[in-house]
Amino acid sequence: MNAANFLANILVLGVPFSVALLLAGLGEMFNQRAGVFNLGCEGIMAMGAFLAFLPPYFLGAAMPMGAANLLGIAVAMGAGALLGLLFALVTVTFRAPQGIAGIGLQMLGWGTAGTLFRHYVGGVTGVQGIKSLPIPGLSKIPLLGPILFDHNPLVYLAFLLVPASWYLLFKTPWGLKVRSVGTYPRAADTLGINVRRVRYQALALGGAMAGLAGAYLSLAQAKMFADDLIAGRGFIAVALVYFGRWSPVGIMGGALLFSLAQSFQLSVQVAGIKFPYEFAVMLPYVLVIVVLSLAKKARGAEPSDLGKPFDREQRV
Amino acid sequence: MNKAFKLAYGAMVALAAAAAAMLVGALVMAAIGADAAKTYATILTEPLKDLFGLTEIVVRAIPLSLIALGVAVAFRSGILNIGAEGQMLMGILASSATAIALPELPKPLLLPLALLAGAAGGALWGSLAGLLKARLGVNEILSTVMLNYVAAQFYTFLLRGPMMDPQELLTGTGTPQTVRLPKAAWLDRLVPGTRLHYGLVIALVLAVAVFLLLWRTTLGFRMRAAGAEAKAARYAGVSVERYLVVAMLLSGAFAGLAGAVEVLGVHRRAIEGISGGYGFTGIVVALFGGLHPAGIVPASAFFGLLLLGADMTQRSASVPANMVLVLQGAIILSIVSARQFMNNPYVQDKATRRLAKLFGKAPPLSPAVAEAACPDPSDVAEPCAAGEPGAAGASAGAAPGAGKGGRA
Repeated sequence: MNAANFLANILVLGVPFSVALLLAGLGEMFNQRAGVFNLGCEGIMAMGAFLAFLPPYFLGAAMPMGAANLLGIAVAMGAGALLGLLFALVTVTFRAPQGIAGIGLQMLGWGTAGTLFRHYVGGVTGVQGIKSLPIPGLSKIPLLGPILFDHNPLVYLAFLLVPASWYLLFKTPWGLKVRSVGTYPRAADTLGINVRRVRYQALALGGAMAGLAGAYLSLAQAKMFADDLIAGRGFIAVALVYFGRWSPVGIMGGALLFSLAQSFQLSVQVAGIKFPYEFAVMLPYVLVIVVLSLAKKARGAEPSDLGKPFDREQRV
Repeated sequence: MNKAFKLAYGAMVALAAAAAAMLVGALVMAAIGADAAKTYATILTEPLKDLFGLTEIVVRAIPLSLIALGVAVAFRSGILNIGAEGQMLMGILASSATAIALPELPKPLLLPLALLAGAAGGALWGSLAGLLKARLGVNEILSTVMLNYVAAQFYTFLLRGPMMDPQELLTGTGTPQTVRLPKAAWLDRLVPGTRLHYGLVIALVLAVAVFLLLWRTTLGFRMRAAGAEAKAARYAGVSVERYLVVAMLLSGAFAGLAGAVEVLGVHRRAIEGISGGYGFTGIVVALFGGLHPAGIVPASAFFGLLLLGADMTQRSASVPANMVLVLQGAIILSIVSARQFMNNPYVQDKATRRLAKLFGKAPPLSPAVAEAACPDPSDVAEPCAAGEPGAAGASAGAAPGAGKGGRA
């Protein structure tokens, strides 16, 4: 019974931990499917987390908490989409190399969030955040209830977005366009698809989802903002897209793997097993490297024009 | 397009890029209600007002230039090393551990040994990412970023545990730092009364060495070939994978050495926060300097000024020092964007014709376009070589440098 409790605890904790990775990973999947490798995800998440935190922090007293939270999420997603468009300007219109441009966007987003945070907030302050919303009836099921049906609304939303993203990517005309501009933009261009426009759209969508992921971190998971709140989750999300072979279900699996590892490590610490704290923090980062080393076979699933700027005037 | 016109065009693009980066910075400053013009003026002039400021600029420029040289070696070889921050921490650990372990050695032995240990520590950490890329195809940007986080935790662990100053435990303060390093391991100060140290000489000598390595040796040529166009290099018999590992080894060694120089010359004990983001700023310095030593040395002085100036505005104008990150991000984005206008002959030609129309001249058709469409691959990979994110990134940096010294 004790062991079962221990395991159930890991699952109960692990599911909400996966949400930020899942949201950012799904967004990054759209970027990469369209052929753009957005390493700036980390920076967009930082901006999203900070901006989402502002309305509840300043207006929490003046308006209902739920409304302030919603406003925060909307602002975070809007800003994320704008940063995605900025990245599109640099990598699609100016055809800049995506890897290094992504590092630039990461610094810009992270630095801006930090600068604004220090000026407007100063120190670490908590907010009430998004409350959990147990689903009536279902949350009372023993074992499964607390694992699946006793979370805040964003958790449900994130997991509903997995089939939604799958549908959008594989069953709609727009999804087909996204996949075609990431695989063979020249053919797509010949068929009259505006490659640039589709890439802009995909980057805006990916940016909005990264913003939402950031908002989840500050409003639902940590219920506060700090400079290092994101702590590499944006980069992990990018790695998850490789690991999940550019498919929504694969990315969900990867996100759960990471969050379960994290909650396992927390549970082990709570259980009082001695383990240097620093090594526990290292775990997810080491796991990324291991996972990427094992994901070599995923190469075949890669969108074949990933990372290549498209120039319709270039001779082939 | 004649030469004068080309020069003017290049200058215009550079100016526009600088203006765009400054505009982004100004927007953020406006958002916190700071006077952008005044803040820029403070950042750019305040540090230049006295000897202390001038020497402190160079103190910051020393690790920056070392890291940027290493980053340039890696980028030129087609591997994007974002892990300088972690490699620097590993260098600090190895260097101070060596110095602490061998306090009896005389200075002529201990100092070089500690410096070498630092370089070795960084090289070890860097080569990990190189091996992962060469053997298992792991994206080097992701692996180096992850290794940064791992190194940061490992560093804190050692400073709070095995390498902590025993005195801290006795007095119970528990500051995470090592004991003071033995004097025989110190890099001496160049100007007494300031923190300027002999690391400056090391940085300048190595800048020349990197130039000689990349442009005057077979090894360097092969590394650049592997970076510019991996496929062609492979046909020519260059083992691209081997040079990736060599490049990461060297790049890590430079970052590790930067850490060693910083700890032996400035702090003389390993403390927390010693790397202070130098690893990331070093990347910006390398790009800004066109991935060429002749550009990197002045660029590192400029960013030394920027870092010091940002520290000063934090005190005088209450603009948080994170502002420097904003500027760095904006600078990277504008450099990589400007590259498209600098190096793409089609865009250049279009711009020329448009300008000519504006001034009412006959459109000068450029005879060089066809030939320039595929520039010398050893210097400029794009636009003919479109590759993976990694390969494409390598050419990124090649761009601004090509004009300055790429052809040397």
